[in-house]
Amino acid sequence: MIVELGHYFLVLALALAIVQSVLPVVGARIGHAGYMRSADWTSVMSALLVAGSFAALTYAYVNSDFSVANVWQNSHSRQPLLYKYTSVWGNHEGSLLLWILILALFAALVAVFGRNLPADLRANVLGVQAWIMVAFLLFALFTSNPFERLDEPPLEGRDLNPILQDIGLAIHPPLLYVGYVGFSITFAFAAAAMICGRIDAAWARWVRPWTLLAWVFLTAGISMGSYWAYYELGWGGWWFWDPVENASFMPWLAGTALLHSALVMEKREALRIWTVLLAILTFSMSLLGTFLVRSGVLTSVHAFATDPSRGVFILAILTVFIGGSLALFAARAGTLRQGGLFAPISREGALVFNNLFLTTAMATVLIGTLYPLILEAFGGAKISVGPPFFNLTFGPLMVPLLLAVPFGPLLSWKRADLLAALSRLYFALGAAFVAVLTVLGLTAGGEVAAALGIGLAVWLMIGAFAEVITRSRAFSGGGSTLRRLAGLPGSMWGTALAHFGLGVTLLGIVAVSAFEREAIDNLTPGGSMTIADYQIELVRVGPVRGPNYVEDVVHFQVTGPSGNRFAMAPSKRVYTARTMTTTEAAIRTIGFSQLYLSVGDINADGSLVVRAWWKYQVILIWLGTLVMVAGGCVSLADRRLRVGAPRPARTRGKRELANA
Amino acid sequence: MRERLTAVILALVLAIASAMPALAVNPDEILDDPALEQRARDLSAGLRCMVCQNQSIDDSDAPLARDLRLLVRERLKAGDTDEQVLGYIVSRYGEFVLLRPYFGLHTAVLWAMPVVVLAIGAILAWVMMRRRAAAAPAALTPEEEARITKILDEGE
Repeated sequence: MIVELGHYFLVLALALAIVQSVLPVVGARIGHAGYMRSADWTSVMSALLVAGSFAALTYAYVNSDFSVANVWQNSHSRQPLLYKYTSVWGNHEGSLLLWILILALFAALVAVFGRNLPADLRANVLGVQAWIMVAFLLFALFTSNPFERLDEPPLEGRDLNPILQDIGLAIHPPLLYVGYVGFSITFAFAAAAMICGRIDAAWARWVRPWTLLAWVFLTAGISMGSYWAYYELGWGGWWFWDPVENASFMPWLAGTALLHSALVMEKREALRIWTVLLAILTFSMSLLGTFLVRSGVLTSVHAFATDPSRGVFILAILTVFIGGSLALFAARAGTLRQGGLFAPISREGALVFNNLFLTTAMATVLIGTLYPLILEAFGGAKISVGPPFFNLTFGPLMVPLLLAVPFGPLLSWKRADLLAALSRLYFALGAAFVAVLTVLGLTAGGEVAAALGIGLAVWLMIGAFAEVITRSRAFSGGGSTLRRLAGLPGSMWGTALAHFGLGVTLLGIVAVSAFEREAIDNLTPGGSMTIADYQIELVRVGPVRGPNYVEDVVHFQVTGPSGNRFAMAPSKRVYTARTMTTTEAAIRTIGFSQLYLSVGDINADGSLVVRAWWKYQVILIWLGTLVMVAGGCVSLADRRLRVGAPRPARTRGKRELANA
Repeated sequence: MRERLTAVILALVLAIASAMPALAVNPDEILDDPALEQRARDLSAGLRCMVCQNQSIDDSDAPLARDLRLLVRERLKAGDTDEQVLGYIVSRYGEFVLLRPYFGLHTAVLWAMPVVVLAIGAILAWVMMRRRAAAAPAALTPEEEARITKILDEGE
């Protein structure tokens, strides 16, 4: 009954979305206030309905109702409760429902918090958001209904894929989806602005907090996904340039570019055409990612045929939304006047530079991901594009961009002095030089690339705070430095933190790539091996029975360089329902580094293969992204950027002076 | 989420289906000469495991990946250069096995894309800036400056 109610709610939400996709847009056209306002309550109602529908599916999962096909395929009665909840989105149908829920929630947020938007803009934004809702609700109801019943309910479910039975499934997908889907609002704002024919600084001010919100979640989502893969897959890689990863990375690159170009538009009314195009591109990348992952083209071009209805449906959504918005863009772009003038060396110029490189990086990832598919589709050779390609192309593109990052915030608008900016960065430059020389000295000149990489990271980390230091006149004496620091606008701190976090992530990437150590050996109980001053002794192997799995836990005794001892216990697990084996790595965090142990099968003679890694400074990769997220949050909390609260008329003058 | 997971799942399913869940590089494969072994590892990282979703043979535990790893080491021991090893493997398995495709007519678009996009973007940005700077109103003449100063002063 509850399951049918969930299904019914979803259909009702579709009906409401259809109304919402027409009425407010017509209202905005003919100037009917009532029609326009209708979007407010329809979007809140649809959000409630989809939430109810989601709750119904969750209910079915928690109660292990195996008469629902989706629950039967992806759940098991003996799963721990947490995994019964997370199983809801650990599959195509359920995760699509989560997608739609977030889409609906964002529309409701705009309806509730967007009171100060002009009525026609808000009506159009919600109208466009409803178009997306309609498309995805149709997709869910016609090709991916999670509420389908089985005629003869089986007694036991087929269990959630063992790889997904992890706390990571509770964190990673919801974060990633809020990011992915959050960009739909940016898209809706762009489309609505083009429909209204009003694209100005005010628009950029309204759209920036939403972009920032989506960006914060996407950053956190990608980062958590990376850490999850790192510990779950058992070989300690943290980024694989896998097409599915690229699918989430492309919207991130476009979204990051958008954040920066919207800044120019907000402050100087320049780059209008480009910003709107980026807003469209960013969400297009989200849609493309959804298509790549859910249509099956990625597995192999042939897998398309296994479920053509889904692939074709998403391809249609993709074509309509990207094509439609680009057509609208083409029709409207000519009417946009360009705003403020600026010299190449200026804050605007720096942000154009940022956009140039981020967009090129995105295009590189895009072509690398799609090229094998395209080539094969046109009857060409079957080729692979993997990590070596991306490292060779994406890497060099990042170098000029990262070098330029500390300069950006120090340049003034319109026309700036590069040398003056550099003079404020002498300290960062000096620190970077010291770092390069130190690494060269410690490695006896053996790691030139790593030394340069670490120098770049230090340059980023210290340079990130140059603006804050300059503005607060820190180190220039006077007791009011602290007061001035506290008085700086939150967005300035946000920028500093985000750029600092980028440096921290880079430091982790360079350090672990250059100084990771690996050891592989065949051990029997009592045997030992050494890695990076850690002596690892295999003590014994013991079987353990878990709720829905059995495992062989391998107990190790590790002795550190200072004689400290601790135990580590990786395991080999077999999930009974699917008789699927997983490798559970054991990880010990020491400072920012990690000792990573992973075991193979037990041989007939009782020996087993042990792989040990010393992951030097690896945690910095994810800590850096968390700092970036914190920067985004600080910026978002800033008065001027608070979601839907752009009411800066009185304080604006003062802030502007502070930024000048 | 499913994004990454789909690949992970498939990789795993394939690995399990091959019924040999051992770790990637096994101790018995490792060459005695560390320099040669390092070259083998570097080459392996650039070769695709043909039966896996998206893994190099260095990361994969599929039997076919092991065969390829052994083949790489055999060729290296026979004194092949890195290019010769790759050439040999490509001649047997096709270019699909290379994670970094050769530069050629069929991959020209792929390899040229980053450079072309960057160049076009840079030129566009430059032209736009120049054109708009040229279209900007000329600076004020001294007489106009004086008039404005006068007007402003009177306004105060």
